[in-house]
Amino acid sequence: MIYEALLAPFVEFEFMRRALVGALALALAAGPIGVFLMLRRMSLTGDAMAHAILPGAAIGFLVSGLWLPALTLGGFVAGVAVALASGLVTRLTRLGEDASLAAFYLVSLALGVTIVSMRGSNVDLMHVLFGTVLALDDGALLLIGAIATVTLGALALMYRPLVLECVDPVFLGSVSRAGGVVHLAFLVLVVANLVGGFQALGTLLAVGLMMLPAASARFWARDVTGMIAVATAVGMASGAVGLLLSYHWELPAGPAIILVAGGAYLVSLLVGPERGLLRLAFPGRHLEA
Amino acid sequence: MAATAIRFENVTLGYGRHPAVHHLAGEIAPGSLTAIVGPNGAGKSTLLKGVVGALKPLQGRITLSTGARTRIAYLPQASELDRAFPISIYDLVAMGLWGSRGLFGGIGRADRPRIEAAIAAVGLSGFESRAIGTLSGGQMQRALFARLLLQDAPLILLDEPFTAIDAKTTADLLGLVRRWHDEDRTVVTVLHDIEMVRGTFPRTMLIARELVAHGETDVVLRPENLLEARRMVEAANDRAPICAQA
Ligand SMILES: Nc1ncnc2c1ncn2[C@@H]1O[C@H](COP(=O)(O)OP(=O)(O)OP(=O)(O)O)[C@@H](O)[C@H]1O
Ligand SMILES: [Mg+2]
Repeated sequence: MIYEALLAPFVEFEFMRRALVGALALALAAGPIGVFLMLRRMSLTGDAMAHAILPGAAIGFLVSGLWLPALTLGGFVAGVAVALASGLVTRLTRLGEDASLAAFYLVSLALGVTIVSMRGSNVDLMHVLFGTVLALDDGALLLIGAIATVTLGALALMYRPLVLECVDPVFLGSVSRAGGVVHLAFLVLVVANLVGGFQALGTLLAVGLMMLPAASARFWARDVTGMIAVATAVGMASGAVGLLLSYHWELPAGPAIILVAGGAYLVSLLVGPERGLLRLAFPGRHLEA
Repeated sequence: MAATAIRFENVTLGYGRHPAVHHLAGEIAPGSLTAIVGPNGAGKSTLLKGVVGALKPLQGRITLSTGARTRIAYLPQASELDRAFPISIYDLVAMGLWGSRGLFGGIGRADRPRIEAAIAAVGLSGFESRAIGTLSGGQMQRALFARLLLQDAPLILLDEPFTAIDAKTTADLLGLVRRWHDEDRTVVTVLHDIEMVRGTFPRTMLIARELVAHGETDVVLRPENLLEARRMVEAANDRAPICAQA
């Protein structure tokens, strides 16, 4: 019974195993990235970047059809270009980072949808927007695995300056010049993970696997390390549970994964010990000191 | 050690084309304890930003005998610290070691005693694992002083460190400033409390956009100098003529 429900789909079907591996690898890197995005108050930046990837991927699609390397490269270049451009505009002018990013990504999104619809069908557009987690080939898995590996390594290396850049940028500026480089490297990692994620989940859902587990983690852990651990666990569990739900109930797999992550967020919001709603409603009686 | 810690050569610092510090010259000796005094908008904070390198001079030069900027411990007036970030007092104070260790060097168990000693020196023992967002204003200032302690820098710049701090905390933190002076570090502090300057700081730099006076505190803080400093016109003028010395 339990075997039938939980293990059989993965044991019997290779596409389910591939999807599981892909989702787990994605969640592994998306967890810490999402936590840092959230702590830097850049949650919506992830979303904007996800849209910004679209025209690049669309041009790749125009040139090559649904051929992975072209889509990936196009998406990566477009994402980094938008990140750099809006960073530059913010630095040089008075437009805040949120506004300049919004400007760039809106144009990107419109451009991307236009390009895809010029050549492909609506089905292709759906692929790009919502991914095909149940059809991951070797190339896609390798790409996701490589991105996860590089991301974790890079985050471990720049963990400290990254934290410092969030907490006290002026202090970081006074002890080193690494601030700008770290900020940029982080944005590149965000783009890389979104590009990796859009193979499986599409541009729109990839960001969900970043932000929903991170937002959930805020209600369970007090410090950064704890949040990263919780976020990664929530992301991986959402991947596995989402795939099972989609298998048993014949739901689209990508959205199922994100919906499970969304469920985890709602539960955390309610019962999480760190200022979850229940805790706020019933704080207990006050202490002596 | 060189005969100067900081040398200002005809330094003009400002925002856009408006000078906030105008043609300032002078030297701050190594191991000296200097107060920077002047009315609001006099350019005191701007001057410190110039020293740490956050602001490039519009004209002139600031040279440091300590060489690298990373050997400066700087406490800004309004810290742009993100108090909502989930980090403990202990980790915040430990950041003081980052400058000397490099951003990628390890900070481990061996450093624990030093970090705890710094926290104890500012009277925050017992607060180690509290999140920074839960501290009061004065407690936060103590924590930042503990971080300065760990930075172990030869040059320390403090911008109005005792604003909104109670008498006891001020006395404690002022004790740390004296201790730094005894350890032969160069300390430059922006202050508004003239009595405190007279009591603790041997040297004073009085500025009001231009340098008004610089030297022994008792000489600099004479009434005629203070009066002159008060006469500064605060607002920048978009139609001001181009400075003849620019
Ligand atoms: N970021 C900025 N952009 C434009 N003008 C600025 C900026 N910061 C300061 N100024 C102006 O430069 C002048 C000097 O400012 P500064 O902060 O150095 O004064 P201060 O001596 O530290 O004053 P206070 O005692 O109020 O802290 C002021 O007239 C101020 O309006
Ligand atoms: Mg000031």
